[in-house]
Amino acid sequence: MGSGGDDGRGALTTETVAPARPELEEDARRADSRRGFFISLPAWIYLTVFFTVPLVIVLVYSFATRSSTGRTRLADWNLESYRRLWDPLVGQIAVRSIVLALATTLICLVVAYPFAYYMATRRPALRSVLLILVMIPFWSNFLVRTYAWKVLLGSDGPLSQLSQALGGEPIRLLFTNTAVLIGLVYGFLPFMVLPLYASLERMDWTLVEGARDLYADGWTAFRKVTWPLSRPGVIAGSILVFVPTLGAYVTPAILGGAKTTLLGDYIVSQFLAARNQPFGSALSMGMMTVMLIFTIAYFRSGAKNL
Amino acid sequence: MSVSTGLRPKGPIERLLAANSWLVFIFFYAPILVLVVFSFNANNNVGIWTEPSLHWYREVFANETVMGALKNSVIVAGISTFFATILGTMAALSLERFRFRGQRVYDGLLYLPIIIPEVTMAVMLLLFFAQGFQWLDAAVGWSPSFGLGTISLSHIAFNISFVAVVVRARLGQMDPRLEEAAADLYAGRWQAFRMVTLPLILPGVAGGALLALTLSLDDVVITNFVAGPGATTLPVYVFGLVRRGVTPLINAVSTVMLVASMVLVAVSFGLQRGSRSRVSGSNDR
Repeated sequence: MGSGGDDGRGALTTETVAPARPELEEDARRADSRRGFFISLPAWIYLTVFFTVPLVIVLVYSFATRSSTGRTRLADWNLESYRRLWDPLVGQIAVRSIVLALATTLICLVVAYPFAYYMATRRPALRSVLLILVMIPFWSNFLVRTYAWKVLLGSDGPLSQLSQALGGEPIRLLFTNTAVLIGLVYGFLPFMVLPLYASLERMDWTLVEGARDLYADGWTAFRKVTWPLSRPGVIAGSILVFVPTLGAYVTPAILGGAKTTLLGDYIVSQFLAARNQPFGSALSMGMMTVMLIFTIAYFRSGAKNL
Repeated sequence: MSVSTGLRPKGPIERLLAANSWLVFIFFYAPILVLVVFSFNANNNVGIWTEPSLHWYREVFANETVMGALKNSVIVAGISTFFATILGTMAALSLERFRFRGQRVYDGLLYLPIIIPEVTMAVMLLLFFAQGFQWLDAAVGWSPSFGLGTISLSHIAFNISFVAVVVRARLGQMDPRLEEAAADLYAGRWQAFRMVTLPLILPGVAGGALLALTLSLDDVVITNFVAGPGATTLPVYVFGLVRRGVTPLINAVSTVMLVASMVLVAVSFGLQRGSRSRVSGSNDR
């Protein structure tokens, strides 16, 4: 067991200057590295058994065959499930999911940025009150919050009644893509607000003052100083919203209808209804790949402009 | 201490920002409020208000399925939080305070359960248990079944990572000089950990545990996959009801679940308040 990078941040024992006995120092470092390894071991073993192995099993299943009874035969390995991913129906569902996830992310960003900006520029006391008010929906049960919209949007729900009382049409939004979009924005908005707030609150506002002193107008100061400095928050928030919405299952299951199938419920149906595990596995792998590509591309584009 | 944003205090942009914030708060709270209000409605029909009543709450607490599901939820949340907190804290310590071979791989592996879509993780665990039980049966003639055991094992799997992230953040904020001082005073690593590090990161550990508890109590997708026929948790049961329609009974259960979440938020804020000053000492920004 050699020592990893000795950047001085790790073992406390390496802090001493010019060791009198280098071998002893080396021994101590090795013992420490071994100790770290053993401390990490339980979680490592657990995640290997209950995460890595399951991941490999899904990968293996995606190459297996479905028998006529719906059972999976771990034989006759083939690429049939992956070929089916190019099916126009799957393409439609994938495009719908990606568009919906991008729309959710964009709306969340547009709404959350000015909101987080407002929060971050309040007095410290008010700031912590506002923060608590954001944390409450963030910690509240996601299922319950989604269900609340089912109550609100129902054809005889409060919104519909309000609209009729005002002489309008009853609202028929439930089981549409719009309802799913509303539900997703509602569900994931706090995930965008919190990282944005964190990066704006941490920002050195004297830099903005400096820009203003150098005769930048408000907009220029924002574009050249505030926005670039808050980019880490933008990136973190976008990923936190995009990734779970792409695989969302609960929201479309509650607010969506038969014509709004998304990747999440499509995958679930392969396991719980259609019983086509190899295809469902291939879909899962495909979704993970798309998600990783988007995430990495986003990180890259963000890092370049930092 | 007020920050200068380059905006005039009562300018039009400032007003727009304030208006936007009000709208966001209304957006956040109005749906929850409607739900809570309608849970106190006597009427069978969700949309029509007749008179206030606790009728649906009595129904909830008399409903054996709901109470059974609640009991399952609490058991699973307790078990998974306990083990995930221990494993996650150890993982965080090993990553923040030690250097060892394979650390980067470990770091990556630890983040994966957070990044991976829930549905994918659910699929993974379903196939893993189904296939694993088949192999166990073939090898030793023992075939366990899906139930609270598989749910708990799955919840630990995703909770370890969340606990580790929270505890790591706390360790990162800690003034490293405190541990160095302990070492200078001839404390061994274990002693330094027990007497200095552990008390200081304890609020972080508690925060991680609360997050794990919340995630476990909230989880629908993964639990739905690995629950098996006999064992449902409260969210899975409610999810099944919600898919069929809107009823005042669900409103009442939902309100109970919301109140539980709020209590957890309150506890977590209390913990953070009491500890923030101690963790970073005088070194605070």
